[in-house]
Amino acid sequence: MTDTMSGPEALPAFPMTRDAKCPFDPPPQLMAAEPMSRVRIWNGDTPWLITDYATQRAVLADQRFSADTTRPGYPVQSEAVLARRRTSRPFIVLDDPEHDRQRKMLTRNFMIKRVEAMRPRVQELVDGLIDAMLAGPKPADLVTEFALPVPSLVICELLGVPYADHDFFQACSKKLVARSTPADEALRAGEDLRVYLLDLVAAKEKAPTDDMIGRLVADQMASGELSREDVASMASLMLIAGHETTANMIALGTLALLEHPEQLAEIRDADDPGLIANAVEELLRYLNIVHSGRRRVATEDIEVGGRLIRAGEGVILANDAGNRDESAFPEPDRLDIHRQARHHIAFGYGVHQCLGQPLARMELQVVYSTLYRRIPTLELAIPFDDVQFKHDMVVYGVHSLPVTW
Amino acid sequence: MKVVIDQDKCVGAGQCVLLAPEVFDQRDEDGVVVLLQENPPAELHDAVRQAAQVCPALAIELAES
Ligand code: HEM
Ligand code: SF4
Repeated sequence: MTDTMSGPEALPAFPMTRDAKCPFDPPPQLMAAEPMSRVRIWNGDTPWLITDYATQRAVLADQRFSADTTRPGYPVQSEAVLARRRTSRPFIVLDDPEHDRQRKMLTRNFMIKRVEAMRPRVQELVDGLIDAMLAGPKPADLVTEFALPVPSLVICELLGVPYADHDFFQACSKKLVARSTPADEALRAGEDLRVYLLDLVAAKEKAPTDDMIGRLVADQMASGELSREDVASMASLMLIAGHETTANMIALGTLALLEHPEQLAEIRDADDPGLIANAVEELLRYLNIVHSGRRRVATEDIEVGGRLIRAGEGVILANDAGNRDESAFPEPDRLDIHRQARHHIAFGYGVHQCLGQPLARMELQVVYSTLYRRIPTLELAIPFDDVQFKHDMVVYGVHSLPVTW
Repeated sequence: MKVVIDQDKCVGAGQCVLLAPEVFDQRDEDGVVVLLQENPPAELHDAVRQAAQVCPALAIELAES
């Protein structure tokens, strides 16, 4: 192909669309792409698309690739993200040393021992929600009755955000993760959330609380290490990242298991927490819900996988394709809760790898080990073909999941 | 096997602690890795190798003897 001669119109558009018949698999066109190619995104830019596992990890581990969305050439997700990131700059879009400085203020909250100490409380919340669902009408929507409330309740307690406000912040974050939200609406949703969190920060300045936002206010804000805006922007990042993702893993994971009943039965009957933990890793790999690619821009000329990426060129790392790379995962399209999947990149890789991963893992382990045991006859209440998938969202999943028992 | 960690690189993701809690821990103030044993016994080598492989920050280096 003479890609130097033909214009950007000739390049494949990204993101690509999934095959409606295979809603758990990445888009066929993505899986067929060369390990390194060029694509065209919504604004006409033509970043690199990298699909193989090893090259993705190499790029994500290389800090000469920047996560700063405002750098020229950064392959921005959508017009909405572009508009919003001019004013809201949480550390997920900052490079080191500033990224590291801010992240390190939070890491202790997500330490393995801290998260393990929260397990009994999460178990209690999960059991309570299942009790309520069983006492309520059938069929029930697993998304609104269970998958969303679990991580929302947990992140609210952790951050110190009143759960009573969940309708408000869930509506904001829904707008922020939809690719199709017009820029002005996304800006407004982001602004509403910012004002709400600034008010919350102000309240915690007056009446200190022992939660994550409260401690940032009492320690880092009081000492001048963080501004009020910084705290609100960190809180907003964690509030959104902390519930959208895990909620989709709960609902989509349950659907995937209902389609693989033998594996669901093994999880249901498992006494071994090791098998549950392994199943969580495999479902993270197989479903890779953060499906629009990790994105970076080269800050200098860098040779990658035998090609030269020039300074200012954007790079999209399709981790959904990387997690289906057979050189890293034999028979990658098979869901197999016994496989060794621990090296998946569903949480990303490099310095931005998910901060909340210990929490997400623990929540999913509690959910998967409890839901099917408590409701052994759980089944889909509509035909599989009628399930509505979140094709147009930055985080993949199902819009609703009617279930019965 | 000799384990070397680089605390400046560590991003506190805790993957190593999950895989080999006998060898790695996190310090209380900021979740950065601390090494519990430099020369882990043979039965832990697989888990330590896995930790080095999944560490997102390339903060764990192994010298195999
Ligand atoms: C199954 C659930 C989750 C998935 C699949 C997921 C996925 C991801 C991914 C792929 C990234 C990397 C972004 C990048 O490379 O640019 C990330 C970053 C992040 N995640 Fe998660 N996440 C999950 C749950 C959570 C939870 C529960 C929290 C809780 C607060 C959280 C907080 C964050 C934060 C703060 C970052 C930014 C880290 C940084 O830039 O250093 N995530 N997540
Ligand atoms: S896996 Fe790597 S980054 Fe994570 S805590 Fe261990 S050393 Fe640090």
